[in-house]
Amino acid sequence: MKASRSPYTAEFLLEKLEDLYEVEFTFLKVEGLVDGLLPLDRDTQDFILGWATRLLSTNLYISHEFTIRVVEALDRLERRVIEAWAVHAADVFDRAGLRPALEVIQKVDAFLVNAHAHAEGVTFDEVEPVLSTFVCGLSGRRLKLAQGEQVYTDSETLFLPNISARLEKAKDNFLLCKAQVAFMWAQTRFGSFRVDFDVAFAQYPDREQALAAFHALDTVRLEACLERELPGLWRDMLRLEGLHGGECVEEGVCNTPLHSAWATCRGVLHTPSATVNDVLDLIPQVLGMEFPQPVYQPHLNPAAITACMLARMEREKILFRVKLAELMKEQGFDSAQPTEEEGFDSAQPAKEEVAPPEFEARETQEGQGFELVLDDKPIAPPEDVKQLMTSIMLDWGDIPPEFLVPAGDGEYDPALYSKEERDAEDVWKGIYHEEGAFLYGEWDYARQHYRKNWCVLREIEMTAGDPAYVDKVHEKYQGLVKHLRRTFEAMRDENRLLKRQAQGDDVDIDALVEALADSRDGSEMSDKLFQHMHRAERNLAVMFMVDMSGSTKGWINDAEREALVMLCEVLETLGDRYAIYGFSGIGRKRCEIYRIKRFDDRYNTDTKARIAGIMPKDYTRMGVAIRHLSQKLNAVEAKTRLLITLSDGKPEDYFDIYNTQYGIEDTRQALFEARRTGIHPFCITIDKRGKDYLPHMYGHANWVEIDDVKKLPLKVADIYRRLTT
Amino acid sequence: MASATDQNNARIHDPSSYIIENQPYYVPVGDEITLFEAAYASYLPVLLKGPTGCGKTRFMEYMAWKLQRPMITVSCHDDLTTSDLVGRYLVKGGETVWVDGPLTRAVRSGGICYLDEIVEARKDTMVVIHPLADDRRIMPIEKLGQLLEAPESFCLAISYNPGYQSVLKELKQSTRQRFVAIEFDYPKAELERQIVMHETGLDAATTDKLLKLAEMTRNLKGNGLEEGASTRLLVHAGKLISKGVEPRPACQGAIALALTDDGDMISAINELIGALF
Repeated sequence: MKASRSPYTAEFLLEKLEDLYEVEFTFLKVEGLVDGLLPLDRDTQDFILGWATRLLSTNLYISHEFTIRVVEALDRLERRVIEAWAVHAADVFDRAGLRPALEVIQKVDAFLVNAHAHAEGVTFDEVEPVLSTFVCGLSGRRLKLAQGEQVYTDSETLFLPNISARLEKAKDNFLLCKAQVAFMWAQTRFGSFRVDFDVAFAQYPDREQALAAFHALDTVRLEACLERELPGLWRDMLRLEGLHGGECVEEGVCNTPLHSAWATCRGVLHTPSATVNDVLDLIPQVLGMEFPQPVYQPHLNPAAITACMLARMEREKILFRVKLAELMKEQGFDSAQPTEEEGFDSAQPAKEEVAPPEFEARETQEGQGFELVLDDKPIAPPEDVKQLMTSIMLDWGDIPPEFLVPAGDGEYDPALYSKEERDAEDVWKGIYHEEGAFLYGEWDYARQHYRKNWCVLREIEMTAGDPAYVDKVHEKYQGLVKHLRRTFEAMRDENRLLKRQAQGDDVDIDALVEALADSRDGSEMSDKLFQHMHRAERNLAVMFMVDMSGSTKGWINDAEREALVMLCEVLETLGDRYAIYGFSGIGRKRCEIYRIKRFDDRYNTDTKARIAGIMPKDYTRMGVAIRHLSQKLNAVEAKTRLLITLSDGKPEDYFDIYNTQYGIEDTRQALFEARRTGIHPFCITIDKRGKDYLPHMYGHANWVEIDDVKKLPLKVADIYRRLTT
Repeated sequence: MASATDQNNARIHDPSSYIIENQPYYVPVGDEITLFEAAYASYLPVLLKGPTGCGKTRFMEYMAWKLQRPMITVSCHDDLTTSDLVGRYLVKGGETVWVDGPLTRAVRSGGICYLDEIVEARKDTMVVIHPLADDRRIMPIEKLGQLLEAPESFCLAISYNPGYQSVLKELKQSTRQRFVAIEFDYPKAELERQIVMHETGLDAATTDKLLKLAEMTRNLKGNGLEEGASTRLLVHAGKLISKGVEPRPACQGAIALALTDDGDMISAINELIGALF
């Protein structure tokens, strides 16, 4: 046993690496790598070789570069962090190509300088779920979290690095991320960006220096704001500063300013009424001095902020005016009778002043934010308008009067204000875009990790076919439809009267008479004397995922459509909630889901026409379709959720890695994910080779093969019955 | 015989005659008291809607005290049958005996019947209140062959939370259109502050932090939380704090864990708590 755990020999490592990096063809040097790996213990060697192999499936050069740097990084970072680093490089390769990915690997030197020795770093993926909710709880504009090279914000998105390892303990690194997020939130919340960066710094010869001074002063102001708003966090921030400050002795605790001028500035900036204008005024006083740089201070990126804000301010102005016009219509303008819904809304008494019949924004009585007033009557704006008002206030300080004029009909082209209105279906007709599309990760089994946002999926309305089609199918299968209906009617778990219950709504006379007789008789009297109406509801939601790949062309497609018609018949009888979606696509950038019947759609002529319209399209990239449809299925409240796939073959895509084991593994992973959320997946296939891969993907009992396509319509309903009873 | 006055024993009341003695603490948010009184005087049934823990039940207690009527509360659930409300025959010593359900008892005694969370009850159960809820104000008891005519002092009130956006838990039009509706929401900040301070005896500074925390969790509604922290949860947290529990664990127990079971969400709320206290 022990012998097998001894470190690899130099010969073995050399051979292994030469093999790995195909040195005969690539001429990569591996001798140096062997020297680095040799002194390590077996476990660590395995760890490195394992990751080198995993990265190899992404790119040979990234893997090689990784192996060069990893030995040095081992001393300073935990393995968990190293894994995150490798995965990040692979992600960057997916997103941006080889050069940026190599940079990530090479920049570990710079990263290590920043990182605390033996740091227990935290990765972005670890902090993101908690902190994005955290920042959502703080008031103000909805802010997103994203990965970036630096810590900064463009006033809508907060960027955090992939790995934070500036402090020793993981807990503290997490707190640091939290403090950075809260700090950037404070920047948007307390108006740090209500500055025209181009104009305000024009007067200074050294713009960068002035900007740095501005940022340092504003940091002081925001610290005071945070101390007031989030005192608990502020205590943590001070502690972090202490931890970090211990390292850089010459700077001292960074909040103790270096020059007496800072004390004066602090006095001004710590008053609750201090604004960003006070910060601007103070710049000359500290220009050229050394600045305190607390560890939680993010970078300031004026270019990103300006670009983001300009676009937003214009868009929001238009959007707000359009929304006001809508609101005015809703309110009926002159007959402002409160509807029943709003009748008892704790409306605030209107103020004295008489307003012209137009919108007005007034400060609320509590002094917290503004309320919208139409013709002197406060109105309760819907949630999206409230959000919009908050966002506008953060940018402007108040709601400028020109914003309060409702837009006239057709004043604006809807394309100007609607962010997502670009039609996802038109993407292939003009310039490619990913707006309105859904991004999903894909499981790379060789990498043992997800490829982030790898698939671009669009939901497309199925084009309607011949509405008479369904009737024709009915005619064809007349006898069968009747039979199916009868079978399924019997299945409908209807109310049953349960006799001889210990509890119930009514006395069960038979049981009572018997019990009385028993008691006269001297035997024990039963206590089961009641009858109880058992009401059972089928609480089931089922999603059908229909393969629309090119290979279904012809009779398979016909059989699929007929099977769906039969299914709809029986499901309508049963009253189960169901939805039908088709899937197809070509390549990872063009995954398509076709809406045939949503859960809310009725089984009417439109739906019937869409079923008739199902036709063969392209390929079968299954994983992404499963991920998307599971999400939809999970939005439905039901005790049991079923995802049934009608398929004719293996997952595949156009000249793609998806045709290999990769596709099967990704589909398997997507089904795992679905199962974790409580969905029961099932597959009905007509592929005779289904048994080769379906048990691996769906599990042994969760698939069925139908040997004769013509039987599909007959069988599917039957399978459904078996599945749900 | 056990002494009824023993402090550790529950006091026994008959719900159809028990009248609340001490004035329940209730601060009106709007004109709900006048509205309720007017509806009561006009024999109209009342529907209270609003999120959980915003004071609907406390309001009912207050009104029962104010009107000096006994109140019978039924917490509805999905197994509640018509018999559970109206009454049923039971077997006692070889004979069947009729036992009134809570609704029948309230009608007989001319009290207030309060059906809490009515949407939780089955739809077929809800219809038994229909004849009581319109101008007939009668209650047929089929099994007894009786028709009860409600006395003038009888009042029917139901409550529901429109926040549950489930198609299964919607009030039928035929039910909702029989009622005078009063909408409740969390009280405005100043009022909520007053309520929390009164109920918990906390100082103003801690109360303000609790209110801020409530606001933060309400911001999370629709972003992973079904509901934000209710006034009731704030009172719970406040009571723990005033009993000497540290604010962080108090809020974690009374607010974060009470709101959700989702791990990330609990951590995020804990971070918010940590940021404030």
